[in-house]
Amino acid sequence: MADDLHLELVSADRVVWSGEAKMVLTRTTEGELGVMAHHTPLMGVLVPGTVEVRAVEGADLVAAVDGGFLSVANNRVSILAEHIELGQDIDLQQARADVESAEHAGELRSESEKVVQEAQQRLLAAQARVAAAERAS
Amino acid sequence: MPASLRQLRGRIKSVQATKKITRAMELIAASRIIKAQQRAQAAAPYARELTRAVSAVATYSNVDHPLTSEPENPTRAAVLVVTSDRGLAGSYSSSVLREAERLRELLREDGKETLLYVTGRKGVGYYRFRNRPIVASWTGFSDAPTYQAARDIGQRLIAAFTADDDADERVDEVHVVYTRFRTMLVQEPATVRLLPLEVVEGEEKPAADEILPLYDFEPSAEEVLDALLPKYVESRLFFSLQQASASELAARQRAMKSATDNAEELVKKYTRVANQARQAGITQEISEIVGGVNAFADANAGRE
Repeated sequence: MADDLHLELVSADRVVWSGEAKMVLTRTTEGELGVMAHHTPLMGVLVPGTVEVRAVEGADLVAAVDGGFLSVANNRVSILAEHIELGQDIDLQQARADVESAEHAGELRSESEKVVQEAQQRLLAAQARVAAAERAS
Repeated sequence: MPASLRQLRGRIKSVQATKKITRAMELIAASRIIKAQQRAQAAAPYARELTRAVSAVATYSNVDHPLTSEPENPTRAAVLVVTSDRGLAGSYSSSVLREAERLRELLREDGKETLLYVTGRKGVGYYRFRNRPIVASWTGFSDAPTYQAARDIGQRLIAAFTADDDADERVDEVHVVYTRFRTMLVQEPATVRLLPLEVVEGEEKPAADEILPLYDFEPSAEEVLDALLPKYVESRLFFSLQQASASELAARQRAMKSATDNAEELVKKYTRVANQARQAGITQEISEIVGGVNAFADANAGRE
């Protein structure tokens, strides 16, 4: 047990997954980040992307997050985001369609920098969902 | 006894029909409260983790953020009033609105101008009717609030709070008036100041003896705080909305229960009155018959 992490994937309305894991792979604003047991306490801002979990029991998990935070302390990892979905729960076709519509959204070519940024975040989140769904299947 | 027997029977029937409706509404509200409580429980981990994270950052970085700094001379305040979309919930909406009026009065005495933000159709209707300007309103989710709704409201309020000094919507503080759910029987209107944030006054703050670890921050403490605080605001708004929705349902259940009880009383009373009227009718008929027979017998006896 000493070399395992306790991981919680918490979205705004529920705990999506919680359990023991060997390693967690995420992507923060600084780049890819893998967390194993005895990691130094850390708090990071995540970008929309996938979170990979090497679970102690059962198959590996892939989840899509739309941003959020990672906090690591005392072998406890929590990943907070407004929306977290496990790869196996995502409808791949629907997710692909979402990417399609996000790519062609008019906001990407908007004048306001803020609007463009938000649209890009949405696109990234949609792509993350596709990636998570593809890897889970 | 003004009403005739026929009228009374009609009244009993209509009260019984109303009773059925209120009984059904009571049961629906009761089952929804359980769902609302489950939702609130499911959302608690997010709020708890977020509060932990905010207090961790606040402890280890010099908290000097636009969302936490107190303006020197507050002159304008936003008030978000959380009401219900539908009525038939007893005094639920009116007590929130009364609390909001009290707060506005208080702010006025402090020399602050108030700008109204409203959720729920009841509140919107109340202020429209009185011709008070509403800056923004949101409706359609009062009995099952979504996080999305909390996020929209949060972003709007944060935008107003961080706007330029000369912008129309610029406010120096943001208050929320909602109904706190204490127990199934007790709900009370409550006022909280949402912005500027007072860090670590969360509903579930970490225990005092829990020592927070020395965190590394990625990319930096300031940027983590930048990203965290708006989420914290949204999560607290979400909490208020959930409390308000549970309170609304509890208030509705109680109101409908007393309506059902009252209907039962009314049916009982009308049934008694109707029975009395029926009895009176019978008695009168009998005495008329008896009187008639006596008169007939007297007449016959005289002839013999």
